[in-house]
Amino acid sequence: MTHWINVLAISFLLMSGLQIFNAHPALYWGAKSAFEHPWLAMDAMQTAGRPVGVTTIAGHPFHTTGLFGWSGKAGAEEARGFPAWATVPSYRDLADGRRWHFFFAWLFVINGLVYLILGLINGHFRRDLVPKGWQLKPAHVWHEIVTHAQLKFPKGEEARNYNILQKAAYLAVIFVLLPLMVGTGLTMSPGFDSAAPWLLDLFGGRQSARSIHFISASLIVAFVVVHLVMVVASGTWNNIRSMITGKYAIETEPKAAAPQAAPGGAA
Amino acid sequence: MNATTNTHRRGWLKAAGASAVALWLAACDKLTENPTSAGVLKSAEGLTRRAQRLFVDRKALAREFTPADLSPDFKANGSTNPDDPDYVAHAAKGFADWRLVVDGLVERPLNLSLDDLKKLPSRTQITRHDCVEGWSCIGKWTGARLAAVLDQAGLKKNARYIVLHCADNLDPTTLDGTGQYYESIDLIDAYHPQTILAYAMNDQPLPIAHGAPLRLRVERQLGYKQAKYVMRLEAVADFAHLGRGNGGFWEDRGYEWYAGI
Repeated sequence: MTHWINVLAISFLLMSGLQIFNAHPALYWGAKSAFEHPWLAMDAMQTAGRPVGVTTIAGHPFHTTGLFGWSGKAGAEEARGFPAWATVPSYRDLADGRRWHFFFAWLFVINGLVYLILGLINGHFRRDLVPKGWQLKPAHVWHEIVTHAQLKFPKGEEARNYNILQKAAYLAVIFVLLPLMVGTGLTMSPGFDSAAPWLLDLFGGRQSARSIHFISASLIVAFVVVHLVMVVASGTWNNIRSMITGKYAIETEPKAAAPQAAPGGAA
Repeated sequence: MNATTNTHRRGWLKAAGASAVALWLAACDKLTENPTSAGVLKSAEGLTRRAQRLFVDRKALAREFTPADLSPDFKANGSTNPDDPDYVAHAAKGFADWRLVVDGLVERPLNLSLDDLKKLPSRTQITRHDCVEGWSCIGKWTGARLAAVLDQAGLKKNARYIVLHCADNLDPTTLDGTGQYYESIDLIDAYHPQTILAYAMNDQPLPIAHGAPLRLRVERQLGYKQAKYVMRLEAVADFAHLGRGNGGFWEDRGYEWYAGI
């Protein structure tokens, strides 16, 4: 249940976050904005009398017309960081983007706390997520990397447990990236900064926090993309059913008869 | 499977994907505009304000910086050169005849010149200005403590907010006066030690682009609360009768009244 609230909250947080980013599509390091020296910027510029989208990363310009800086339906293009299909609302509206963002930020934080407390009480973290000793052996980790790259997935009983790469990815998201999102988000609040000025030191200033917020969000998007590819590649229907009902059918090693349904522990 | 059906299927998937995205976006836009769902989204503001008021000490200070941290390129946003005739006349005379009016729910309405304000207890602070758009600049501000002005006027018991009426019209397309800039803060922020009516920026008289002759600094909130070109302070019990009733120019256009995040 908490997983699906997460899907909803993170989708809206991402898209409203891009709306907010579009209000000033440039990122800096430190406490303040050195307007001439963003490390990342998405601008609309004129080239040979025609507007183009230019994304500048660490001083290197890239043409990104149609995606970043300049995008829109034919005849109605406009200067905007991320395109309309990636933002909530689709049209440019910082005030409403903030309304969506903070509403789902609260939902996300409350849902996350419920997940953490339940995970500690019912042993989900200890049982399912903390790597076992044998899983950490380099040979095993390498084996998992190779078989994942070949999209070969475990069969039989092994398929019910998280493998080491899954565990590493899930732990990194749950205990590093998501807390980073909340921490850097709060650091951007001038009100919260007065209560917890150490956050400014931790992240290197408000503009650094804004940059880390953006980078962490990008990494979460990357995680979600890989996560979805893996869900599809390892058996879409079986996985989704297990996520909703908790039942997970396993295929036994030499082609056995029909897959059998068995109660699994997927959350 | 032959190549034709493959291409066909890919085209179909692409179209289906695009339609799904279009539907989702249309639904989000609809939810943004629907008053009921918009009201649900807005409920988060009350939660944020209460949480910050609960966890943040009333007197907790915003971080202060050193002269080395000052922004060489402090951006001036909103109005940068008001065209109101009275304001233009004051600016032409170096604000010599300009007066700050303090009225509303006060025991002693005031009429203060810049010199009067400079004689009040003052504070100088180097702080970070956070625009709602996302950027930050660091500036040095000197001004009269708002608490000192309010103490001199004497707030009546039913005063709950301080409204700042400004000289600039930021939305000239409106003809009913709702384009006039104004802001409001509660008494917690009004009496905060860093809340000042600034008449100097970076050791110079406040420039017109940054709100001459007087602007508010309320350091624990976003830039749009830092009202420029302040002409009048009004103590009120509520602000429903002002502008479009939300307590400020940007608040009337959908932004949060509590801009602590």
